[in-house]
Amino acid sequence: MNIVPFIQTRPRGKVHVPTVTLAHGGGGKAMKDLIDDVFLDAFDNAHLAALDDQARLNLGALARYGDRLAFTTDSFVVDPLVFPGGDIGRLAVCGTVNDLAVGGAVPLYLSCAVIIEEGVPVEFLRQIARSMASTAREAGIEVVTGDTKVVNKGACDRMFITTTGIGVIRADVDLGAHRAMPGDHVLVNGLLGDHGAAILGARGDMALQTPIASDCAPLHDLTAVLLAAAPATRCIRDPTRGGVATVLNEIAEAARVAIEIDEACIPIRDEVRGFCEILGLDPLYLANEGKIVAVVPAEQSQRALDAVQAHPLGRAASIIGCVTVGEPGRVTMHTLFGGRRIVDMLVGEQLPRIC
Amino acid sequence: MKYVDEYRDRAKAQVLVKEIERLVSGIKIAERRPIQIMEVCGGHTHSIFRYGIEGMLPKAIELVHGPGCPVCVLPMGRVDDCVAIAERSEVIFATFGDAMRVPGSRKSLLQAKADGADVRMVYSPMDALALARGNPAREIVFFGIGFETTMPSTALTVLQAEREGISNFSVFCNHITIIPTIKAILDSPDLHLDGFLGPGHVSMVIGTAPYEFIARFYNRPMVVAGFEPLDILQSIWMVLKQIKEGRCEIENQYARIVSQAGNSPALEAVARVYELREFFEWRGLGSIDHSGVKMRASYARFDAERKFAVPNIRIADPKSCQCGEVLKGVIKPWQCKVFGRVCNPETPLGALMVSSEGACSAYYQYGGVKRQREDATIEAGVT
Repeated sequence: MNIVPFIQTRPRGKVHVPTVTLAHGGGGKAMKDLIDDVFLDAFDNAHLAALDDQARLNLGALARYGDRLAFTTDSFVVDPLVFPGGDIGRLAVCGTVNDLAVGGAVPLYLSCAVIIEEGVPVEFLRQIARSMASTAREAGIEVVTGDTKVVNKGACDRMFITTTGIGVIRADVDLGAHRAMPGDHVLVNGLLGDHGAAILGARGDMALQTPIASDCAPLHDLTAVLLAAAPATRCIRDPTRGGVATVLNEIAEAARVAIEIDEACIPIRDEVRGFCEILGLDPLYLANEGKIVAVVPAEQSQRALDAVQAHPLGRAASIIGCVTVGEPGRVTMHTLFGGRRIVDMLVGEQLPRIC
Repeated sequence: MKYVDEYRDRAKAQVLVKEIERLVSGIKIAERRPIQIMEVCGGHTHSIFRYGIEGMLPKAIELVHGPGCPVCVLPMGRVDDCVAIAERSEVIFATFGDAMRVPGSRKSLLQAKADGADVRMVYSPMDALALARGNPAREIVFFGIGFETTMPSTALTVLQAEREGISNFSVFCNHITIIPTIKAILDSPDLHLDGFLGPGHVSMVIGTAPYEFIARFYNRPMVVAGFEPLDILQSIWMVLKQIKEGRCEIENQYARIVSQAGNSPALEAVARVYELREFFEWRGLGSIDHSGVKMRASYARFDAERKFAVPNIRIADPKSCQCGEVLKGVIKPWQCKVFGRVCNPETPLGALMVSSEGACSAYYQYGGVKRQREDATIEAGVT
């Protein structure tokens, strides 16, 4: 059965003013024109074009992918809106796609709700929508429903985006942090901390010029490759806010195991190391937007590593440590220097040290 | 990474640890009790935890984490004053990042910001001056905090503001000085310290000469140390060597940065802008004579304390807090009654839990492998 609903073609509206005003959120013609001109034009798919109050998805078609729905939502409030390596639009698609992918799901559909502060240039909105659309194509996912609100100046910081995603999990895939077991290996797919450093650098308040670009990328293909090579993978997580340190603590806590990592095996680019050295930050706590942390049984870890390294988003992949029977919930790191320290959860926000 | 990795070489570290073990085995006092070495500077504390240095040392060495975290030792009353200034509608309050979390009696700057105060995080006082240029209708107040390390940059910014005739910039001065503080620690009756690692960055400004009294009058060795892990290991080795040989001298391990006389332009700027306060209140240590500086009368127009009425109310440290004893090495952080329970990095009660450079916070976050070992021994009933 065809899941594409029948639609009548109609002429699309056009916005003729340079900036978004409250009228564009009023529910009338201005709003319809904005949706047509900006979002329909960019996302361009039959589900959305119907402009009904909901996207209607065929269950039979979904069931061909697996036996469970994965359903997730995330809001994006990044500052600045455009940064080296991406923008809020790309981030909003990748963030939700990745939350589906790390659950072992094939990402299929996305919603997009945008809250816009009045005064935002329409052309900028088009740019963000186009960025979302091209990232969605890259991720093989469709934006099938959405919402637009315009708020008074000062009520939001130019633009907030919320995306909700639906994916389907294959019957034989079962991932969960509680499944990590002593002896398992911990794998990351590449250089850590790029996104966090890129955002901090792009904000400009540290007056540091950084050539670091965000790693923001959809990871659905990489996780599929990993699961094909290592079907017994215990869990996959995406180390976004709070970084790898936080994710490792969550896994150790959930599985009541200890995790030991080796600083010498942790891939971090020199620029990010230098950035952290100067600002007194710890790269293990910096956000990533194109990275996974996977716990893989030891006997499959080499195959997993080879497969991930063969993927364009995994060239710098590395086994950074292993799960042990130590104190449950405890993450420790063998330092490059030969010492050992505890890697704890981050308390509050990382604030640069003064001296 | 060049100029960094050389100082983190694992093989060299192993050689140094072996040498340290050899030295310790020949030191008599180590047979009776651990040799206590205090690192005065919070930067050292941070490095010690970050690289897991404590766990590499023989058990006979105990590192005591000193008062050298300027954020930690700021008393509640001063934080309240900060918040009072920051909450004025005309003020943009510019501060270093980690000072934002220090709790006052009502709230921290981070909470004040959430409540609507215009608090901005800056990386240098010059950033605050740039804010003043860019916002001529607002009053920009820079939160001057730190030992002699950050004192010159605040002073130079004030001098720059004077040159440019900027009138909407002032400093809320909470700068403190290291020497009276070390002296206060040395004068305390319950002290067991056997030697010191001297603060590297402070010494870059003041030089090594001001420490001579420690060796001469208090008979304690001190080695001014750098911040990389090899610097710290080498400095510990140098302190032990002095103890072994019965010497008490001020030695300089950080010679690539620190000179005997210090940095004279920095010292001149400091002398021009500030004068000593009669006393300054420290969290955990109480009032210490001549341990803080204030703006000289000739720079009164850049002095936020004179420009804005501040409550200036002294608020006593919480009674249950044992920061003072931890600072002096009398007890270890986890032996404090409130450690990890009432007092943790999320809701710090005592000074040492506030910044990542504070001994308690460092223990809480990075833990100590040594501590785990000791706890295990205690649990097993072995003493």
